[in-house]
Amino acid sequence: MIQPGRLCRALGPLLTRPLLGPGRRLHISHPQRRDLFSDLDKELAKFQKKLKESLPASDWNPMGITKGLPPEHADVVIVGGGVMGWSVAYWLKALETQRNALRVIVVERDPTYSQASTVLSVGGIRQQFSLPENIQMSLYSAYFLRTINEHLGILNQPPIDIHFNHSGYLFLASEDRAAMLEENVHIQRDHGASVSLLSPAQLKKKYPWMNTDGVAVASYGLENEGWFDPWSLLNAFRNKAMAMGVCQYFGEVKSFSVASKTMCTEKGDVNFSRISSLQVQMPNSLESQPVVCALVVNAAGPWSGELAKRAGLGMGSQGTLESVFLPVEPRKRYVYVWHCPDGPGLECPMLIDTTGAYFRRDGLGGNYLGGCSPAEDEEPHIQDLEVDHDFFQEKVWPKLAHRVPVFESLKVKSAWAGYYDYNTFDQNAVLGQTPLLENMYFITGFSGHGLQQSPAAGKAVAELILNGRFMSIDLNNFSFNRLLFHEQVLESNIV
Amino acid sequence: MAAPRVLQQCRALPHLLRSSCLFGSDPSSNLPKGGILQYLCDRFYDIENVLAWREKQKYSKIERQNRYHGHLKEYCGDDIVAVNFTLYNGGGVRFKGQEKWLRPNKRGKYSKDFLVLRDVLVEAIDLSGSVVSYDGLDNLVFLTGLKSLDLSRCPNIDDWSLSRLHVFKDSLEELLLTGCPRVTERGLACLHQLECLRHLDISNLPSIANKGLILILLEEMLPQCKVVGMDYGDGVALDPGAQMSGDEMEEPSIPSRDRKAGEIPA
Repeated sequence: MIQPGRLCRALGPLLTRPLLGPGRRLHISHPQRRDLFSDLDKELAKFQKKLKESLPASDWNPMGITKGLPPEHADVVIVGGGVMGWSVAYWLKALETQRNALRVIVVERDPTYSQASTVLSVGGIRQQFSLPENIQMSLYSAYFLRTINEHLGILNQPPIDIHFNHSGYLFLASEDRAAMLEENVHIQRDHGASVSLLSPAQLKKKYPWMNTDGVAVASYGLENEGWFDPWSLLNAFRNKAMAMGVCQYFGEVKSFSVASKTMCTEKGDVNFSRISSLQVQMPNSLESQPVVCALVVNAAGPWSGELAKRAGLGMGSQGTLESVFLPVEPRKRYVYVWHCPDGPGLECPMLIDTTGAYFRRDGLGGNYLGGCSPAEDEEPHIQDLEVDHDFFQEKVWPKLAHRVPVFESLKVKSAWAGYYDYNTFDQNAVLGQTPLLENMYFITGFSGHGLQQSPAAGKAVAELILNGRFMSIDLNNFSFNRLLFHEQVLESNIV
Repeated sequence: MAAPRVLQQCRALPHLLRSSCLFGSDPSSNLPKGGILQYLCDRFYDIENVLAWREKQKYSKIERQNRYHGHLKEYCGDDIVAVNFTLYNGGGVRFKGQEKWLRPNKRGKYSKDFLVLRDVLVEAIDLSGSVVSYDGLDNLVFLTGLKSLDLSRCPNIDDWSLSRLHVFKDSLEELLLTGCPRVTERGLACLHQLECLRHLDISNLPSIANKGLILILLEEMLPQCKVVGMDYGDGVALDPGAQMSGDEMEEPSIPSRDRKAGEIPA
């Protein structure tokens, strides 16, 4: 058989002789036409692709399309791709009455999740709170994590494993806080949490490595408390939501286009605003896409205050209701990992000292991780996630070494920092919407206990969106309106 | 427009038939058997929904078998509830002061004679090989005199179920967890609540990677308990130049067959 390539190569010089003057051949490089026949396979593939694109059902556009551009219309836009955002996305799809009733998209600024609070979290879950709502949310979340494969399991995929350690939280209280701890334990037991109270003698017997000086009473969570892997949970939510039809887009929400109606009263005018669309700017590009949406869910974590400001919340004149802004700001917290060969063994719980320092076992090789929340006036700078090792030497180590004498000799292996989405008003979640900005739903402000409440909070906001009210847990105490009326809902067990 | 799609599917068909039903990719029950069902499941929502419903039915079945036998509580007490649950699921019960085990017969039937013993404490329960799960333990948590619990080879017993056993801290002396595929070291860590435990059997737990290390840590955690079923040398590859087993705590070298994907060795 004559191979077409060889034949055409042989005929090549004949075909490509330019029609210049006699005897003169212009040779700069190989002429184009020759390549068509020598790389026939590749050329054929290119030709097939062009043919497919010219058929009616292709997305070819002569001006080219940017990959990953969000759609022009969406029903619900969830700003923030952390565990809260994906939890709301999953629950919206799980609870909607008809399949594909809502078009839900999730817009996340950072594809690498380098500063996301979810993945930098220590990953603990506890029911030892003082507010009934917090206890109920944590209990539901523990039930969700236990039955995670029934909720988030995808057909043909391996079962989800979040590496849940059941070692529990141990809160130590000194004399002055003992009464409050006992009262909290009664509230927790009333709402179904299994918590036991321990005296210093019982503590010493159970945990011989502990120094019980200054400890009046301790509370230990017997069930549904421990720590797990936040990245697995985030991925489980994300994969299930995407399997149910939620689309993820990377980009930053730069501005909102807000329509408002004014109500004239004798005391002045009140503006009721509604977001009509938002601008999403593509990563590393100046291109932005307007997305017309019905509802916006603010799940931006530490940056949700900034996002709400972009939508115009809190920009009114002083003294009016319109000046109330979302008081959520990033606060940096450090976590240190150290190795201590003779430290507490398998029974080591997540221990929270009377001074506020905490630590837990990490793995089986004698590694521990822990930290401490700094005092109000010593908050570190938030512009980057650099770790301050002096903080460990001066503030964390002495407290831990006092409580666990073996920690006198330890070696710090590594450390990292992450942001809390800190609610400066009362350190509790802000869930729901506000009449001044009707269609923005907040799911933020958890101040360090967000990950453990994410399944319950996501379900609550999804119920609010689909049914107009909370159906399973009554979280009306966490509404934005408490900020308008200056009613603090304080939680006393903050770590 | 339809022609290219049909062409694509025809090209895939022989490949499908070749990847035959004989080599189902995973012995776990999640995957549909056979290439054609998988192919259809990937492309049609209806088939995917039917298979997902079938999976959900499996969970419902386990839930039904583990329901709480509360109707007996009012008249007979918590111990009889536990006995009824155990016999219903094919297990065995021994009362305090008795030598004989009460078990159902080969066809799963059992007589209601145990109702006369409504004031006697249950001492030992054998639920090996049964479908007992976290919810099924609702029937057992109110027992006050339970000394021995056998949960060997139960496929639905996982770490969450072990975390419920703290209620037996004053009475349980013997716990058998042989061959439970879902129990890991994270669940074993919450057994430190069982202060009276004297015999713990953890042989043949496939989900545990560093068996020797876990044995040492468990013996430190429960000093008065005898832990059987594992060797110090399990999970440690000893080569001729290896150091003494005291180094195990720092860097156990795990042969690749014992290492599970995704688990970071300590």
